[in-house]
Amino acid sequence: MPKSLISIHDFTKEEMLHVLSIAQEFEKNKVQPILRDKVIATLFFEPSTRTRLSFETASNRLGARVIGFSDAGNTSVSKGETLKDTIKMVSNYVDLIVMRHPLEGAARYASEVASVPVINAGDGANQHPSQTMLDLYTINQTQGRLTDIKINMVGDLKYGRTVHSLLQAMSHFEPDFTFTAPDELMMPQEYKDFLNAKGIPYRETRELEGNINDCDILYMTRVQQERFTDPMEYEKVKNTYNLTASMLAGAKENMKILHPLPRVTEIAQDVDDTPHAYYFKQAENGVYVRMAIIAYLLGYK
Amino acid sequence: MEKGSKELKVSAIKNGTVLDHIPADQLFKVITILGLKDCPNQITFGMNLDSKRLGKKAIIKVADRLFEEKEINKIALVAPDAKINVIKDFEVVEKKVLRVPEQIVGIVKCANPKCITNHQPITTKFETEFEDGVLKLHCHYCEKNTSSENIKIITEN
Ligand SMILES: [Zn+2]
Repeated sequence: MPKSLISIHDFTKEEMLHVLSIAQEFEKNKVQPILRDKVIATLFFEPSTRTRLSFETASNRLGARVIGFSDAGNTSVSKGETLKDTIKMVSNYVDLIVMRHPLEGAARYASEVASVPVINAGDGANQHPSQTMLDLYTINQTQGRLTDIKINMVGDLKYGRTVHSLLQAMSHFEPDFTFTAPDELMMPQEYKDFLNAKGIPYRETRELEGNINDCDILYMTRVQQERFTDPMEYEKVKNTYNLTASMLAGAKENMKILHPLPRVTEIAQDVDDTPHAYYFKQAENGVYVRMAIIAYLLGYK
Repeated sequence: MEKGSKELKVSAIKNGTVLDHIPADQLFKVITILGLKDCPNQITFGMNLDSKRLGKKAIIKVADRLFEEKEINKIALVAPDAKINVIKDFEVVEKKVLRVPEQIVGIVKCANPKCITNHQPITTKFETEFEDGVLKLHCHYCEKNTSSENIKIITEN
């Protein structure tokens, strides 16, 4: 079975660092068409324009051609074809598959039936490892290191898969966490148990103000309506946090604000003009990191 | 020969396997897991027998059959304290201790409704974990845990 990237656990610490260093190379020299004779499939069983464009840009920058679909609506999948049959067929056409699927575990299963590497671009609320890798890349870029970073994670810490994966990935690098969330969206116990077992310090708070000045990274998240089964619960918490420029007066000089995007109301527009805003650069970094993941899985780097 | 009036409620077998101390409400799950429905051997079931430890227990006696360890360990999922006695000439010649297997393939449904295994014809796969003495099944696909009280046995195929 070829090496795939389905969950952030599939990469060792060394592999993470290796891929991050390849991404640095790609950022310095964006035109490296090393995959000129390759075809990459982007199979999006649920739409995600942002992620798909990032992967397709990465593939194109590497010189590969891209085939695929952006929505399962008009494909044989909507006619009842099994995931196995779709993947078996496509893996005979291409050299690598990028896939996003609304069901959890879909990408893991695909990687077991595919004859080519699979990159998970999101499987329901489960994993989205390329997002985690670009978060690591951006933290390293803004702080000059990955070790000993103070991170304040804000917003939906209960359903937000990006914060869960980032927490697990950062656990290799002696971080210090603050979890800022309303009672309904606190970090699940299993992740706190994980940190306890590793001896990694964290504290929990409901207040955003008063927890901005001592962190290196302020990791903001959107409260995603689609993750809620109870609409009342969503209404109660959707506008809990609203970061504005005036709240950043006492922040450390090196402090950067990250956000997986798209944002709604959690970061005000006036924050964009402060030197702390870094989320657009973070999104750009996604392209270099995805180039690195693709090149690594295909054995080119 | 098995002793005690309690045991005599279910007739003794000459050769085979006795599965004792099954919680009464887990009997049918054990039958499913071991595939006894399709077993041609002579089988006797006892249910709602009094038990000091379990309140009500069940017992299964399968004549002329030995189970492989791999097979029998699967019932630890629903009856972790079951006692497995191998019988020869009406005597207990071996007592087997159940051990929860490290990996469970098939048998159990993933409790996560959004798991791919609940929507496509895929064999489930779990790693077993103990957290504070409580059994949890970690789904190989969706990476979510199914706790022991939520274990649902797949009855089809
Ligand atoms: Zn599952």
